[in-house]
Amino acid sequence: MNELVFFLNNVVVSGAVAGSIYAMGAIGVTLVFSIMRFAHFAHADMMTLGALLVLALTTLFPEAGLAIGLPTAIVMLPVAMVITAIAAVGIDRVFYRPLRAHKVKPIVIVIGSLGVTLMLQGLIRLFAGTSAQSLYIAERKAIFRLEMPFELASRPVIITEPQVILFVLTLVAVVGLHLFLSRSRLGKAMRAMSDNPDLARASGINTDTIVAVTWIIAGGLAAVAGTLLSLDVAFKPDLSFFLLLPIFAAAIVGGVGHPYGAIAGGFVIGFAETLAVFNWSVLLRPLRDSFPTWLELPNNLALVGTEYKIVVPFFILVAILVWRPTGIFKGKVI
Amino acid sequence: MALLEASDVHGGYGGMNILNGVNIAIEADQIGVIVGPNGAGKSTMLKAIFGLLEVNQGEIRLRGEPITNLAPNKLVHKGMGFVPQEKNIFPSLSLQENLEMGTYIRPNNFRRMLEQIYDFFPPLVEKRHQPAGELSGGQRQMVAMGRALMAEPSVLLLDEPTAGLSPMYMNEIFERVKTINAAGVGILMVEQHAKQALAIAHKGFVLAAGQNRFTDTGEALLNDPDVAKSFLGG
Ligand SMILES: Nc1ncnc2c1ncn2[C@@H]1O[C@H](COP(=O)(O)OP(=O)(O)OP(=O)(O)O)[C@@H](O)[C@H]1O
Ligand SMILES: [Mg+2]
Repeated sequence: MNELVFFLNNVVVSGAVAGSIYAMGAIGVTLVFSIMRFAHFAHADMMTLGALLVLALTTLFPEAGLAIGLPTAIVMLPVAMVITAIAAVGIDRVFYRPLRAHKVKPIVIVIGSLGVTLMLQGLIRLFAGTSAQSLYIAERKAIFRLEMPFELASRPVIITEPQVILFVLTLVAVVGLHLFLSRSRLGKAMRAMSDNPDLARASGINTDTIVAVTWIIAGGLAAVAGTLLSLDVAFKPDLSFFLLLPIFAAAIVGGVGHPYGAIAGGFVIGFAETLAVFNWSVLLRPLRDSFPTWLELPNNLALVGTEYKIVVPFFILVAILVWRPTGIFKGKVI
Repeated sequence: MALLEASDVHGGYGGMNILNGVNIAIEADQIGVIVGPNGAGKSTMLKAIFGLLEVNQGEIRLRGEPITNLAPNKLVHKGMGFVPQEKNIFPSLSLQENLEMGTYIRPNNFRRMLEQIYDFFPPLVEKRHQPAGELSGGQRQMVAMGRALMAEPSVLLLDEPTAGLSPMYMNEIFERVKTINAAGVGILMVEQHAKQALAIAHKGFVLAAGQNRFTDTGEALLNDPDVAKSFLGG
């Protein structure tokens, strides 16, 4: 039974953690694409930026969380979300809007966003250095051990506090996004603009407002995802390096321009990663006695080594582009 | 004072000009119809009026006020509505959400206007929750007009509202256009069905190669042998 617990810890919990983070990143990528029709490569750096802001605020006020019993980083998160959202709108105004105004081809804006990536990475290293830092400064990470109700399971399922917060915030973000897009006037206008920008303008929709709202949502969610990932592991200035491919894979798997697809895609990529690096011989070990003698169970039966985890989203991305370029939810072909 | 007046309009899509001096004028209670061969610049003219492409010479006025190159969303606030020839619905939005976008600038009017539009186009009621992209051509055309009417425009630009519709649907749409006009909405309409359209027009404009070839009342154009010979198929 401990094998099952091992599976729950390493696949179900880890996959849900990665999936939540990828989903929140991919929502931003997909919304930006559906409104402005370009792949925003600097998105993962906005996630790092959000986490960096939380790190800075937590360093400044390390005890802020003690009073309410939440990690200080979580208390600082709303502030970081607002600043990241403003930064996202600002980056758009300074770098992308002038390009759009000149009616350049989307690829030009994509290259522009690569420039923004380099710039943000430089700035982040300038302020944060190059080493990993914990977002827990004055407190310790709370860990919940869930004892399994079976006789044979002696080990607990382990979930940490930031993981629980991550699941809650992901749920809130998904439900909130759904209500926003399906019920609110602004959300419907956003979908309208994604469908047909000229007709949206012909209906009196101010497309500048929609663009700003898109960046606010994308920036806010990027800050949440970056911070929760940093809380789960640690803040690293090169976080975006490990995020860029999975969030783009998630957005494309889900169907580009399709927010619900991005959520589904995020979890597909998250679970695919954890399933691929999972050591399957652990699950097979209890059955070892029933194997024929010539079959020896290897010690490691993972599909790929943990250090090569990044090939999983890459492989899925290639497979999707070859076999179903529109993604699960039939997004716009790019 | 004319409701909508465009004088000597030149403009295009960035390359060579498509419009080379077009003149249009309609009064508040009139239906104006633009006809002409394919590629004459009819749609381009409507887009130029509605601020969707750059006018580089000439002037457009709404009730005397210059509106040349004003952004479309500003024109909606000034009471202008536009139904494009193609891509005139939001395909992934439901039919009713399409209509809702029509009152985007005045959300308080949504319920009241929705009832009026459903009265005006009864076939839309039972399809209201269907994605507009799944509707038939005639239904889409009603949604497109409905969306524009939701904003209670005082002047409505229609680009080939009967394109691809059966003759029965075509007459139905022309009847609706007359009703809308009778309710006090000035209409400027581009039509491929030139004879039928000129028959309901107070003013007619025959465009060719980005210029007015003939400009007169609808009736006079219908009876003009030159117009008939070159533009109305004999
Ligand atoms: N988006 C565009 N970009 C560049 N050129 C365009 C564009 N749309 C139309 N044109 C060109 O402008 C000219 C006039 O087109 P327009 O659509 O105004 O014609 P039209 O009179 O409406 O014809 P139809 O009866 O076929 O609708 C054509 O030569 C066309 O190729
Ligand atoms: Mg046309």
